Amino acid sequence: MLLKFDALEAEGWNGFVPGKWQKEVEVRDFIQKNYTPYEGDDTFLAEPTQNTKDLWQMVLDLSKKEREAGGVLDMDTKVVSTLTSHGAGYLDKSKETIVGFQTDAPFKRGMNVYGGIRMAMKACEDNGYKVDPEVVEFFTTHRKTHNAGVFDVYDDEIRRCRSNHIITGLPDAYGRGRIIGDYRRVALYGIDFLIEDKKIQKESFGNVYTDDVIRGKEEISEQIRALGELKKMAAAYGIDISKPAKNVQEAIQAVYFGYLGAVKEQNGAAMSLGRTATFLDIYAERDIKNGTFTESQIQEFVDHFVMKLRCVKFARTPEYNSIFAGDPVWVTESLGGMGVDGRPLVTKMSFRYLHTLDNLGTSPEPNLTVLWSTKLPVNWKQYCAKMSIKSSSIQYENDDLMRPLHGDDYGIACCVSSMVIGKEMQFFGARANLAKCLLYSINGGVDECTGVQVGPKYRPITSEYLDYDEVMEKFDDMMEWLAKVYVSALNIIHYMHDKYAYERIQMALHDRDVKRYFATGLAGLSVVADSLSAIKYAKVKAVRNEQGIVVSYETEGDFPKYGNNDDRVDKIAASLVSTFMHKLRKHHVYRNGFPTMSILTITSNVTYGKNTGDTPCGRKHGQPFAPGANPMHQRDTHGALASLSSVAKLPFMDSQDGISNTFSIIPGALGKEDQMFAGDLNVDLKLD
Amino acid sequence: MEGMIHSIETFGTVDGPGVRYVVFVKGCPMRCKYCHNPDTWEMAGGTKMSTDEILEDYEKYKPFLKGGGLTVTGGEPLVQIDFLTELFEKAKEKGIHTCLDTSGIMFRRNVPEIYEKYVRLMKSTDLIMLDIKHIDPEEHIKLTSQPSENIFDFLKFLDEQEKEIWIRHVLVPEITLVPEYLERLGRFIAQFKHIKALDVLPYHDMGKEKYEKLGMDYVLKDVLPVEKEQAIEARNVILAAMKEERQRLENA
Repeated sequence: MLLKFDALEAEGWNGFVPGKWQKEVEVRDFIQKNYTPYEGDDTFLAEPTQNTKDLWQMVLDLSKKEREAGGVLDMDTKVVSTLTSHGAGYLDKSKETIVGFQTDAPFKRGMNVYGGIRMAMKACEDNGYKVDPEVVEFFTTHRKTHNAGVFDVYDDEIRRCRSNHIITGLPDAYGRGRIIGDYRRVALYGIDFLIEDKKIQKESFGNVYTDDVIRGKEEISEQIRALGELKKMAAAYGIDISKPAKNVQEAIQAVYFGYLGAVKEQNGAAMSLGRTATFLDIYAERDIKNGTFTESQIQEFVDHFVMKLRCVKFARTPEYNSIFAGDPVWVTESLGGMGVDGRPLVTKMSFRYLHTLDNLGTSPEPNLTVLWSTKLPVNWKQYCAKMSIKSSSIQYENDDLMRPLHGDDYGIACCVSSMVIGKEMQFFGARANLAKCLLYSINGGVDECTGVQVGPKYRPITSEYLDYDEVMEKFDDMMEWLAKVYVSALNIIHYMHDKYAYERIQMALHDRDVKRYFATGLAGLSVVADSLSAIKYAKVKAVRNEQGIVVSYETEGDFPKYGNNDDRVDKIAASLVSTFMHKLRKHHVYRNGFPTMSILTITSNVTYGKNTGDTPCGRKHGQPFAPGANPMHQRDTHGALASLSSVAKLPFMDSQDGISNTFSIIPGALGKEDQMFAGDLNVDLKLD
Repeated sequence: MEGMIHSIETFGTVDGPGVRYVVFVKGCPMRCKYCHNPDTWEMAGGTKMSTDEILEDYEKYKPFLKGGGLTVTGGEPLVQIDFLTELFEKAKEKGIHTCLDTSGIMFRRNVPEIYEKYVRLMKSTDLIMLDIKHIDPEEHIKLTSQPSENIFDFLKFLDEQEKEIWIRHVLVPEITLVPEYLERLGRFIAQFKHIKALDVLPYHDMGKEKYEKLGMDYVLKDVLPVEKEQAIEARNVILAAMKEERQRLENA
């Protein structure tokens, strides 16, 4: 069976450079053959239109009302959110150039239950709403959820690890997220083409019905169904997405509909957008050339698109919000970067996206992420710097580090997880608390906060002063145990998520055979590194309670601290990363996943601190961990370069899902105010 | 040779051109009321570091420091002039841009062995940031506990040596942020040909905490921080006076 192209080589593809992308779903090929790198500056950018200002004011008013209402303005308690569950919703239909909300009204949160009915109920109750009893009954008695599936299999050991917070944030009661559909496919090909392609994929499994083939065929059937529903969803707005988009407005709209389908279906921990700007620029360039739209109109489409992305909302519980410090959606869009052929992937559209921070004001969402390379055009670098200073809303990632691994069509899910769009996905796996693991190794598997025997009953350390070699030996054993329990929990979770809360539309916008990263994470790296350094270079005395559990530490003398570019401790940190990753790799992982690890607790470091007792580095119970791979607060005393150099020593290949460092600096510390500092003093010239 | 070091800042962006590796040394004879590094006054309590150790550490950050360089500040770097000279001479051998941030208080033209040391140091110094605390001699003593004559003579010396000079001046309400003093400062510095920049620093009270920690009395506790606008205005007053004086000197 072959795809039929003649009918599709319709208006949508007029004027594009033809290629392989017309014969198979291959967005990168389309981009490479058709995009126009832009090396100019930001002077072409257009101001917001009156419609944009009016609409944004409506959003601001709604946000205000939502805050006044205590955080949630409205929630659906009857209708389970699916692609087609709700009719059209608008701010002001006459003014919106890009349309679509998750439910039939802006700021009304949908109800996602497939991840777990209890979480959905709690999210409602905590916000003063109540899920319709019939829905509860249905999803308790007749239709099992992901959460129920997971807990049918969890053993006591995993449960203990969960409740004692050595493994935390597991996506076992909510959507795992971190999957990026290639939403661009909706625009470039239209749904009909994508369905045809999926039908061929389904057939390609053959008819030897092993478990894998059965699952594969069933999943593709779901994907095909979801694509059909996406078409219906668009039709509710009077828009036909069955054929390729014909101009930039249609293309943006189609990309957004693809994304909207995903956020209607999934309340995932991170629902990222991908890498859409340069793709969309191809349409914009064609339209400008043909006189279809003006710059102002195109900016308006982008502004309205971004406005919609800023309005994505989920029903979540206060506990969830405390883990993630707020209510983030992680609508990450990756901008810029370099092509493997050496051309910058920066286009005018990259500028237009960042320009929304001016036109609509600053915002954490969408999470605009610049893929940084030293080779980027200078005007783009300057514009990024300018917008960073203005808005503090831009994230940067190292393209030079990731490009060799993923090529030039990858995107970031959540904050750092890189994946090739439409070809790779991730099984999100939260984090293991390595600091607690160290304490367990000292206490023979007993939790220092609860006194419960959580880990294996290894011999605890009984000496008054801690001996480095003894601690390391026990720590190694305890990490071995932790890695096993952790991977086991994740295997169960992802099996059940695939089974009961499968990401139909997102996976429909992927290839048949995707690479699945099996992502794990660790928390407390700097706590452990400093603690081990203290044990090695200073004298650490263990303080025990009546039960003999070490609950505190007295550290005598100074010791090297991670964050000062001091190899004595930085090497400990780097080796921790490699050691734990090595232990994770030993285990069987679900669906031939490729195990990776991240060090990126950007938001949950406070919660980790609350749940972890005193540590040998001098940190007290309750004191927050440092975020991600950051050095502990105020322990890096040699300035930013020393601090960053310590972080840069962590081995990326053993922490391939990302290493994050949160860096704040007051503007004044970044250089002189040019108005106050009169450099190159030519007094005569300067004063006139 | 070893010096007594207070701390190292690997990402200095306000102490000379570009991104700089900044060495804070211990020891200073001045007792400026607004000093935000009172913990550098005494020699005791520092870390000993050799010039080689510092330069080895510098190497680690070299890629970030291109366009920048090495700055020594303090404390008063010239208290440890022999150490400083060795450090700068070795740095110059490696092609590192050197910048000295000083009050000039240690300069003595009339003591030949000291003077010689300054002449030698200048050979390996690319830029001097001279902090003029107060233009009025009496007020200078009140503010810093030290007389200003050697400082002004140091500025003259720098100009004779044809070194690039940046003038720094902290604006403190009612002490230096006074039009008369600003104008006098402008007129005074107008005569020096090698001043390349003027850096006015609005007074801030971020040092307060340090005084509390050290159990010291913070004399300026009632003085409000200076706003950016005031600082720009003050800078313009200085520059205007400077320009006027230069024209006068040219016509004379």
